[in-house]
Amino acid sequence: MGLQAWLTLAALVFAIGLFGVLTRRNAVGILLGIELMLNAVNINLVAFARFNGDLAGMVFTLFTIAITVAEVAVGLAIVIVIFRVRRTVEADRLDLLRG
Amino acid sequence: MRLIVWLPLLVLALPFASFLLLAVVAPLRRRGRGAAAASIAAIAVAFAAALVIWREGFRVTATWAWLPGDGGPMGTVGLLVDPLANAMLVLVTLVSLLVQVYSLGYLRDEPAPALGRYYVYQSLFAFSMLGLVLAPSFLQMFVFWELVGLCSYLLIGYWYDRPSAARAAVKAFWITKLGDLGFVIGIVMLWAATGTFEFEALFAKAQEHALAIPALGTIMVLIYLGAVGKSAQFPLHVWLPDAMEGPTPVSALIHAATMVTAGVYLMARVEPLFALVPDVLVLVGWVGAFTALLAATMACVEDDIKRVLAYSTVSQLGYMMTAAGAGAADAGVFHLLTHGVFKALLFLGAGAVIHAAGTNDVFRMGGLFRAMPQTGVVFLVGTLALAGVPPLAGFYSKEAVLAGVWEAGMRGPFLMLALTALLTAFYMFRVVIVAFFGRAPAAGHPHEPGWAMRGPLWLLAALTVLLGLRFATGGGGHHGPGWLAPLSVSLAGAGVALAWAMYQRGALDPARVAATFPLSVLDAMARRRYGLDALYAGLYRGFILAFSRLIGWIDRYLVDGVLNVLSAGTLRGGDALRRMQSGRAQDYVYGVAFGVLFVMIWAQWWR
Repeated sequence: MGLQAWLTLAALVFAIGLFGVLTRRNAVGILLGIELMLNAVNINLVAFARFNGDLAGMVFTLFTIAITVAEVAVGLAIVIVIFRVRRTVEADRLDLLRG
Repeated sequence: MRLIVWLPLLVLALPFASFLLLAVVAPLRRRGRGAAAASIAAIAVAFAAALVIWREGFRVTATWAWLPGDGGPMGTVGLLVDPLANAMLVLVTLVSLLVQVYSLGYLRDEPAPALGRYYVYQSLFAFSMLGLVLAPSFLQMFVFWELVGLCSYLLIGYWYDRPSAARAAVKAFWITKLGDLGFVIGIVMLWAATGTFEFEALFAKAQEHALAIPALGTIMVLIYLGAVGKSAQFPLHVWLPDAMEGPTPVSALIHAATMVTAGVYLMARVEPLFALVPDVLVLVGWVGAFTALLAATMACVEDDIKRVLAYSTVSQLGYMMTAAGAGAADAGVFHLLTHGVFKALLFLGAGAVIHAAGTNDVFRMGGLFRAMPQTGVVFLVGTLALAGVPPLAGFYSKEAVLAGVWEAGMRGPFLMLALTALLTAFYMFRVVIVAFFGRAPAAGHPHEPGWAMRGPLWLLAALTVLLGLRFATGGGGHHGPGWLAPLSVSLAGAGVALAWAMYQRGALDPARVAATFPLSVLDAMARRRYGLDALYAGLYRGFILAFSRLIGWIDRYLVDGVLNVLSAGTLRGGDALRRMQSGRAQDYVYGVAFGVLFVMIWAQWWR
């Protein structure tokens, strides 16, 4: 399989993640979408590292995974707090920033 | 500096110094009498200096550069001393001095600070008028011309807490300003055409026939307009009777020596320029004669003693201007000088009468001659002089004017002036007979005024007689045709006889005479002042109202409109933009996603 296949896969995953972020009503679902997008990036990094023979991409991927974990932890914590305060995690109703 | 230069400068500087002193040193001004003493001392020394200048017949021109300009100064200040200016210097300082002394008695009951303020104005007024008389150029003359206007405003409005006085002051200021506008446009146009404001340079050009400016007629009419305003010529005469709201000594000053004489003086000063435009002179003559007649008719129906005198001043100014229009400006100035003396006398006498009787209305006086014989005598002297009875000063100057007008071939104005002479004698004797010899009981307890007031009166009366006697023996001024002197004497006599018959003998009932047909129309019109005051008031109000309506419309619909549109647009726009902010994170992500997509597509294909 060539580089193109991997990049296509990454693009697909990214698009699916973006679609999820845009369409999911549930905040947890949105977080899942973000995870998908981040992992699509990881696939890209790994694919380029593999085909260019440069290990930097792999190392970056490890960093990304670690940071993603932290991000999800923080994100879920925020979602839980929101749930406690507003008794809902529906994104449509979290519109305090409305003008 | 030579004596010949610094003596006129001294005359000019003394009233200014006293003005400055009183204006700056407030404690002195608030003393009232101290201020009066300073002002009187200054004007007395100035009068002495003016007398010396006149006796010695100084004749000098001295100028100093003032406004710098390319190729020589654009404007100069200085002195122009010649017989005309000398005579005026003596008159102005004399009348100012006497008026200031007289005011001490007349305004005795004024509070001290107000009296101090009065003398500040008096000093400034004397300075302004002297500066105008000595001006060697149009520019300097205009500066002092405006100062004179300012001072008359201040003095007419001396009792500024009276609404009528404040209104009269503003009226005098605005009406004369109307004329001044023409004056300033005229001198600037003249300057643009010739490049100089100097009288002597202009006269030299006129002499060499080098003053062939196409617009000279317009220019001279504009300059004449200034004189119309200041010297109360028809149709700008309406301010002068209202100026009676000031204290009586102020009226004497304005009518005899300053302010109103400025216009006549201007005509005499620039006579060589007016001589180049005979058509304008004809206009000046006709307007002057018409003014004289119109004012005389109004004086005949007036009951207020000061207003009668005011209209008589307008009428006599008409005489002077007619003389100027007939090319006999020296006769006009001659009349101005003698008139200055006896009109000051009449006004100061009227002041004494008002002071004693407590009213201005002649029909509420009567029998005053018995109560105050001295005032009666001097007032009678002034009246005889004004009526043109020989051998008093007024007879000779009036005859000189009439002779000048006759010799210029102006038949119409001559007839009008002759009729005016008759009316003058009539209305003056009407006042004298009613106020001094009338049978009505005098209001209040009339008494002779103090010496501060009586002294100037006697001095002026003596001067009127002496001047007349000097002309009678020396034979001064013009001599017209042989029939002129008998004619003017008989006109004056007829006027006196008419007044006597109507108001003393009761042979003719004034009310019945006024009701007969042609006179009744005239009487009604004269009582309404020919509607001119109403016309001006209407015009003024109409103009102001229309203008304020226009301004109001602009303010409401243009200025406010722009602001309203702007604020409404901002509100609407903000409201529309507000709705874009849904507050939902996903909507923003939509924006970001489609934005990125758009950028990518743009980068790929369109760039």
